[in-house]
Amino acid sequence: MNKEPFLRMSRRESIPLWKEALIYLAAILLALIACAGVIYALVQMNPIDVYKAIFDGALGSKRRIWITVRDMLTLLCIAVGLAPAFRMRFWNIGAEGQILVGGVAAAALMINLADKIPNVLLILLMFVAAAAAGIVWGLIPAFFKAYWKTNETLFTLMLNYVAMQVVTYCIIFWENPKGSNSVGIINQSTRAGWLPEVFGNDYFWNIVIVAVLTVSMFIYLRYSKGGYEVAVVGESERTARYAGINVKKVMLRTMAISGAICGIAGFIAVSGSGHTISTSTANGRGFTAIIVAWLARFNTFAMVLIAFGIVFMEKGAIQIASQYGLNESASDVLLGIILFFILGAEFFVRYKVELNHHKE
Amino acid sequence: MSVIIIFIQKAIVQGMGILFGALGEILTEKSGNLNLGIPGIMYMGGIAGLMGAFFYELGTENPNPAVGMLISFLCALACAMIGGLIYSVLTITLRANQNVTGLALTTFGMGFGNFFGGSISKLAGGVGQISVSTTASAYQAKIPVLSKIPVIGGILFSYGFLTYFAIILSVVLSWFLFRTRSGLNLRAVGENPGTADAAGISVTKYKYLSTCIGAGIAGLGGLYFVMEYSGGTWTNNGFGDRGWLAVALVIFAMWKPLNAIWGSILFGALYILYLYIPGLGRAAQEIFKALPYLVTILVLVMTSFRKKKENQPPEGLGIPYFREER
Amino acid sequence: MEQTYAIELQNITKRFGSVVANDKVSLSLRKGEILCVLGENGSGKTTLVNMISGIYYPEEGRITVDGREVKIRSPKDSFDLGIGMVHQHFKLVDILTAAENIILGLPGRQRLNMKQVNAEISALADKYGFELDPRQKIYEMSVSQKQTVEIVKMLYRGARILILDEPTAVLTPQEADRLFEVLRNMKKDGCSIILITHKLHEVLAVSDRVSILRKGHYIDTVDTADATVASLTEMMVGTKVDLNIDRPEPKNRVKRLELTDVTCTTKDGIHSLDHASLTVYGGEILGIAGIAGSGQKELLEAIAGLEPVTEGAITFYPDAEAESDAETADATVSTDAAEGKAPAVTSRQSESQNASKQNISNVSEKASGKNAETGSSLGAASGTKKNGAKGAKENAPVRIDNLDVAKIRSLGVRLAFVPEDRLGMGLVGSMDMTDNMMLRSYRRGHSEFLDRRTPGKLAAQVKDQLEIVTPSISAPVGRMSGGNVQKVLVGREIAQHPKVLMVAYPTRGIDINSSYTIYHLLNEQKERGIAVICVIEDLDVLMELCDRIAVLCGGQITGIVDGRTTKKDELGVLMTKRMVHGSNDPEKTGQPDVQAGTVPADRAGQQESKSDEFAANGSERTNLATEISRKGGSAQ
Repeated sequence: MNKEPFLRMSRRESIPLWKEALIYLAAILLALIACAGVIYALVQMNPIDVYKAIFDGALGSKRRIWITVRDMLTLLCIAVGLAPAFRMRFWNIGAEGQILVGGVAAAALMINLADKIPNVLLILLMFVAAAAAGIVWGLIPAFFKAYWKTNETLFTLMLNYVAMQVVTYCIIFWENPKGSNSVGIINQSTRAGWLPEVFGNDYFWNIVIVAVLTVSMFIYLRYSKGGYEVAVVGESERTARYAGINVKKVMLRTMAISGAICGIAGFIAVSGSGHTISTSTANGRGFTAIIVAWLARFNTFAMVLIAFGIVFMEKGAIQIASQYGLNESASDVLLGIILFFILGAEFFVRYKVELNHHKE
Repeated sequence: MSVIIIFIQKAIVQGMGILFGALGEILTEKSGNLNLGIPGIMYMGGIAGLMGAFFYELGTENPNPAVGMLISFLCALACAMIGGLIYSVLTITLRANQNVTGLALTTFGMGFGNFFGGSISKLAGGVGQISVSTTASAYQAKIPVLSKIPVIGGILFSYGFLTYFAIILSVVLSWFLFRTRSGLNLRAVGENPGTADAAGISVTKYKYLSTCIGAGIAGLGGLYFVMEYSGGTWTNNGFGDRGWLAVALVIFAMWKPLNAIWGSILFGALYILYLYIPGLGRAAQEIFKALPYLVTILVLVMTSFRKKKENQPPEGLGIPYFREER
Repeated sequence: MEQTYAIELQNITKRFGSVVANDKVSLSLRKGEILCVLGENGSGKTTLVNMISGIYYPEEGRITVDGREVKIRSPKDSFDLGIGMVHQHFKLVDILTAAENIILGLPGRQRLNMKQVNAEISALADKYGFELDPRQKIYEMSVSQKQTVEIVKMLYRGARILILDEPTAVLTPQEADRLFEVLRNMKKDGCSIILITHKLHEVLAVSDRVSILRKGHYIDTVDTADATVASLTEMMVGTKVDLNIDRPEPKNRVKRLELTDVTCTTKDGIHSLDHASLTVYGGEILGIAGIAGSGQKELLEAIAGLEPVTEGAITFYPDAEAESDAETADATVSTDAAEGKAPAVTSRQSESQNASKQNISNVSEKASGKNAETGSSLGAASGTKKNGAKGAKENAPVRIDNLDVAKIRSLGVRLAFVPEDRLGMGLVGSMDMTDNMMLRSYRRGHSEFLDRRTPGKLAAQVKDQLEIVTPSISAPVGRMSGGNVQKVLVGREIAQHPKVLMVAYPTRGIDINSSYTIYHLLNEQKERGIAVICVIEDLDVLMELCDRIAVLCGGQITGIVDGRTTKKDELGVLMTKRMVHGSNDPEKTGQPDVQAGTVPADRAGQQESKSDEFAANGSERTNLATEISRKGGSAQ
């Protein structure tokens, strides 16, 4: 019965934007210092050089810039897809699987219809098929959640690995050369089903598609009736029923949208950047995107920034690793550290911490 | 006959690593924390154990298997618990979202494992192939005499010490959760932290302890794969998706450690079943590999149909607790 | 004063953000006494005791227990001081047994011996006369059983100071009396007890002294022997408030809603609403009385389209003239189907006359169609005129049971509903006033995009007219005080120009001035010819506000009485009377059950016929007659 709580915490009513930005900035700074410390401990490299190398790795040459942009676009696309699901408090951990099935659908058409139909039509078909596959993969858990309240976090998580097996299954039929257990670059000579280059830029269409999705999703969530319903369902299902919203319908519709966009991300990964399909087509980005979507709090424009930041760090870390002959996974370690700091910083945005000075 | 024995053996070997992960996650989830960082934590435990043994064997002329075993065991436990601690600080003290934190931890942990696994030889000055044969042989040592008994010896007594440890741990954990005061308190924390708090239970303490100890147990799963399963070597992404399988097993076992024992063996069996069914093409084999996940989904759906209170996830799972929130 | 107090609080202050919940509150509890802490909802009673039980930590002030200054940082500290608290919302873990809940968090040997624990608990329960099976799981228990577990839990822990937060809110009067008996026994045993309540008769019945809080401030402590209802009320409310609530005579009563044998069934197969039959008239306020959880929620939600009806019918009777509403424009769904389902109604003719009269008196509104919402002052228009092109069809009675909210609206049936759970159901706490205003109307119009201008205007209007205190209409409603939240909700619901307005516990947790604003609004709606149904727990308010009162008990309607003539005891008896439904047992029809409550069934019938006199037309009477006969049959 002697001491009293040292710190007092209370929920903030609101926080000015500059203060919020400052908190996150401080977190990132601390994270970078921590990362530098880790890198120094491992390779005794001057921290300043470390960050030079990171910058160099991400934006050091034109080609690197475009690779960074390309990867950012894929990540952003997935995060945009997750936004409506998270707005509805539906924990779609299954982006990874939705990307993969989207990618598989696109690759299937790419391989089988390559010379049979005009390229434009082929690409359109691939786009639609990828979205449709994503929808199916998203709807399955949504259906069970809507009707029986089956835990969607675990359900979508499990579906990721089912999707992965679907991919390995398909690879067996498509492998090229035979026995390599990989598909290789699809239609390398004909470029059939590849998103065409425009103005000499390979990623023109990637940018267009993702930009359109990002803006539309922003508008959908903010200004449309559908987006309003999503928000109400996310806040409280009882309120939604009270408002005359068909919760099941909204849940299915929203997960269809979410799945479709993740499927499209798979299409972009296959048709717009990798031109192949493998179990690492998604490469954990479905999980990283969850973090992006969460941190951006449903604001798709904020996602652009966060996605860029993450890919930037990733590319930079890979550069360091290769420079010092270390394993590429270093980027995941650094990314993890940065995420820990940012997640921790959220607390200081939401809560006010004060020293308890008790007056007698 | 011998094929069946081998199949059972292999299934158990496959299952035990998952069992560790699942036991750790059960303990964690019973406190209301859904730690999706378990796959990462298993990597952390695995690599730390390996590195501990590696540096010990590297630095000693005649490494003693028992010492190597002890060092690697403690290293794995400690490193995994640090992973659990990171998760705990973020989600319990700083109230970060559990799913997001868990996934970040998995990213970190897998990176951590692969990074050190891939760089360990370079970091040690380019010693070439990492192998901790001495320590690993200690982990792999079967029970003498008993393992020689035909059939029964093969099925029951031909595993390393971690396998029996896992089984004992399940029983102990089950006893702890359902037969002890602390276990009761822990379940209350996971079901309804507000109530537990009002009853004078330190919610924070229970959450921290169970999450960190749970992480430590899961880390032993990593150690198991590295030592007993892979014989003291490291392959990047060598665990594959077993970490998630452990999370799946928790659901399959309906949060009961005893169910997890046979569940893990079943999962292990499903995992390798394709190898034992004659005439399966490669493609069909891949479909078989999805079985554990499909079975888990089935269980998930079935329990949500039946809505039996006792089989549901802890009610407070995934929800942060803050006493003064109103 | 030589006496050491069991607990003494001095100048306790607690803030939540900018809200001061307790401002320099002092309180003292003598040893071996029952102290009531009296205050309105929101006066800071619960916050105050939560600081004794370690849930909250005070920002300023001292707490002494047995003369020693203490710091209570957690519930554990509180237990260690021998303080036990029974919360308003029970702190029990559903999937554990009673015994497991009772020993939760207690020190002792790690290894649990449940057999021994169960025996100890049974012994303790027997000693005080509780009925308790220690092995029963909490989720299988009734509310009063759960409370028993809570109290036994405290006793088992050897609490010498017991705090009970509104313990009788969930109990029948008989159960409450039994509880008070136990409390007196405990007092004899030397325990000190703090009882939080806002019910004056409980204070007078059981306490030794009473401390009064008002809006977070400590007002005074008096000996109960010297207190009267009037003096306590005055201290609790501040300035002496005229307790009289206005009750205009109902005029132009018109049948609006009819419930016949409505039954709702829970997942466990229990009838949460059991063959409830009821007729609701426009132009009157129908009160619903009953102990908490007797089916009030289900009754309102069944009408609102939120609770499936497993048996029976709910029929809405529109006005003779068709309603014009933006919703009806969307209503392409033919009402024919609904008409086909509806039970034959004979009284349309005379009812139409009534209704048209009604309408004329109300068509004072300039606004029509979509503009009605913003153009009119709040709730001023109960309906706007429209050429009766489709009239003949549209004024047919409509079956609305088992339709969802959107479907009911699309049929042109305008129900407004102010639910009990304001922020969990009626409003979205994280959204601002504008977005909440459109919660029930956002579908309007064919555009895929939201129209925020109209609801924005409405929000501004509601804010002005109901004097809502908020920094701006774009601040989240979840941050407002309880009274303001309720005003936002009621304001929105009234602005829909409903035909039926349902309100559940409209003044719970609300300061007295806002409460009167709400009562006034309800009366205003009644005078506009709207059928108002309100569930209120306070019988005094019910008897002052309502024209008729329907009493629920265990999901059954045990009686419908005249609000002007009924007595409290009569309501009390009806509230605790159990019935066996006669519809399953035709032989017993019409025969009062000897075992049931003291009021014979035909008394309920009498009340019915009394209200029958208000009914404007003859055929209505036949309907009521059947209702009565059924009621008689079911009153067993």
